[in-house]
Amino acid sequence: MRETKYWTWHIAAGAVILILLALHMVIMHLDNILGLLNPSGGDAIAWANVLARSRMVFFVVVYVLLLGAALYHGLYGLRTILFELGPKPPLQKMINVVFWIGGIGLFALGTGAAIAAKML
Amino acid sequence: MAVSKHYPNRLGILGWLLGGRWGIERYMYTLHRVTGLGILFYFLLHIFVTSARAFGPEAWATAMAAVHHPIFKFGEFLVFAAFAIHAANGIRLVAIELGWAVGKAEEPIYPYRTSLNIQRPLLIAMMILAAIVIFFGGLDFLSLAQAADLPH
Amino acid sequence: MEQPAQSGREIIVYVRRFIPERDEKPRWQRYPLPLQSGMTVLDGLHRIKETQDASLAFRFSCRMGVCGSCAMLINGKPALACNTQISDVAGRVLALAPLPNFDIIKDLVPDLSPLFQKHISLQPHIQREDVAELDKPTGEFRQSPEELVRYLQFAYCIKCGLCMAACPTLATDPEYLGPMPLAQAYRYNTDSRDAGFHNRKEGAGTSHGVFRCHYAGECSNVCPKGVDPARALQLMKRDLVLDYLRLKRCRKPAAVQGPSAEAKRRTDVPAPPPHTV
Repeated sequence: MRETKYWTWHIAAGAVILILLALHMVIMHLDNILGLLNPSGGDAIAWANVLARSRMVFFVVVYVLLLGAALYHGLYGLRTILFELGPKPPLQKMINVVFWIGGIGLFALGTGAAIAAKML
Repeated sequence: MAVSKHYPNRLGILGWLLGGRWGIERYMYTLHRVTGLGILFYFLLHIFVTSARAFGPEAWATAMAAVHHPIFKFGEFLVFAAFAIHAANGIRLVAIELGWAVGKAEEPIYPYRTSLNIQRPLLIAMMILAAIVIFFGGLDFLSLAQAADLPH
Repeated sequence: MEQPAQSGREIIVYVRRFIPERDEKPRWQRYPLPLQSGMTVLDGLHRIKETQDASLAFRFSCRMGVCGSCAMLINGKPALACNTQISDVAGRVLALAPLPNFDIIKDLVPDLSPLFQKHISLQPHIQREDVAELDKPTGEFRQSPEELVRYLQFAYCIKCGLCMAACPTLATDPEYLGPMPLAQAYRYNTDSRDAGFHNRKEGAGTSHGVFRCHYAGECSNVCPKGVDPARALQLMKRDLVLDYLRLKRCRKPAAVQGPSAEAKRRTDVPAPPPHTV
C-alpha cells in the first residue's frame, strides 16, 4: 500500500506543478505579453521585479508549493528509474533514505531563501 | 534431472531505448524519462541559483552574471521544451493511468482494438499542444536573445 | 497428395543457437530455407530440424496460436512462431532469437519459471469467504453478461510470455511482476465471483508492482490474443488508488444460485452417483 500512497501523491504533485509551473513559465518567458506581473517592465529577472515578487505573499506561497511539489515529483521519478535498474533491497533502502533526507534538505533551503527574500 | 547452465538474456537499458519499431507509445515512454531527468537536473541547480536572491541585489547580480552565457539561454530553452513535452505527455498519462483514456474492457474480436488505439487521438492532441507551446516559447527566447546584449 | 505450391524463393534463416554443454555464449547459425506458400515460422523451424539440423531446439504444441509455447523473437519482435507467416515478416532474411528477459535454456527455449512464480504469487484463483461452497458447490454463481465482459478479455491470456518480453521495465528489473501476472490479478479482482482484492493488493502495489508500469504499450501491441494487458494494468492502478483514497465501492461477491424451488427431478434421467470426495 505504501507504493500506492507514494504514487498517488506523485500524480497529485504533477497536477500542482502543471498549474504552478505553467504560471512560472508565463511570468518568466511570456512577460512581454502580460506586463502585469512584472511591474518594472519586461525583464522578469531584473532585480526590481524579483524583489517585488519576493515580497508578495502570493508568490512566496506559490514558490514554496511549487518547490515542494517539484522536489517530491522529481525525486520520486528518479527513484522509480533507479529502482527499475534492479538494485538489491539494502540499496533500495539507502536510495529511499538519501532521497527523503536530500529532498527535505533542499526544501528547507528553498523555503528559507524564499522567507529571507521576503524580509528584504 | 540435471539442470544445465542457463544463459541470462535480459535486454538491459537498451530495452528502454529500443522500443519495438511498432509503437509510438514506447518512444513517448523513453522521451518522458529523458525530459524528466533533464528537468530534474536543471531544477536542482535552479534552487541554488535562485536562492541567491535572499542575499540581496549584489548576490543576485552575481548569480545572474554567472548564467548569462548564450549556452545557458539555449539550455533554458531546452528545459522549457522538455517541460512542454513532459507536461503534455503527463496529462495524457494521468488520463490513461487513472483509467479514463483506456476504454472499457470488451470481448476481443480480431482484428483487435486495444487501449492503444483508443488513446492514440489523445497522444496526437498532446503532441500538437506541446509543439505549439514550444513554438511560442521559442519565439520568446529568440526575442530575448536579440533584446539583451548577448553576443550572438 | 498434392504438394504445397513452391513460392520459388529461398530465404536465409538465422537462428540464435546456444547449446549449454558446448557454447559459452549464444551465436547465430545460418540456414537456407526454401520457402513454400503459406509457411509459418514454426513450419520453417520444423523443416530446418527435419532436413538440416536435428539438434535445433524449440517449443511448440498446438501449432494454432492457443497454447503459447512457441513464443520467440521473430525479426526483432516478440511473436508466436505458429501464428506468423514468414512472408509477412521477412524479405530475404529471417532472424529468430529466444524470448528476451528470460534466461535461455537452449537455442530458442526460454526459462519461463519466473513468469509462473510471479503469476502464482498474485493468487490467480477465485477467493471467497464461503470456502465450503468452493470445495463442495451446492449451486452456480450468478454472473450477468455485463459482469462477465468486465474481465472476459483478460481471461483469454494464454501465458505465452510475449508481453513480458516486450516490456521495457522487465528489460532492466527482474523483480518487476510484469504485464501477465498483474493482468491476471486484475482479472480475478474484477471477477464478480471473487472477493480477494484485499489479498492481492499488497502484492500488486509493491515497489516492483503495477506502479512500475509506465504505459509503453508494447505488451498490448504484441499480445496474440487481444488481451490488452496494458488496459488491465491501468485499470488496476485506478482500483488501487481509489482503494487508498477510500473511494472504492465494495461489492459483494456473486451470490450462489441453487436449483429453483419449482424444479423437479426428471424421472427418466438417472440420478448422479454419490460424492466420493
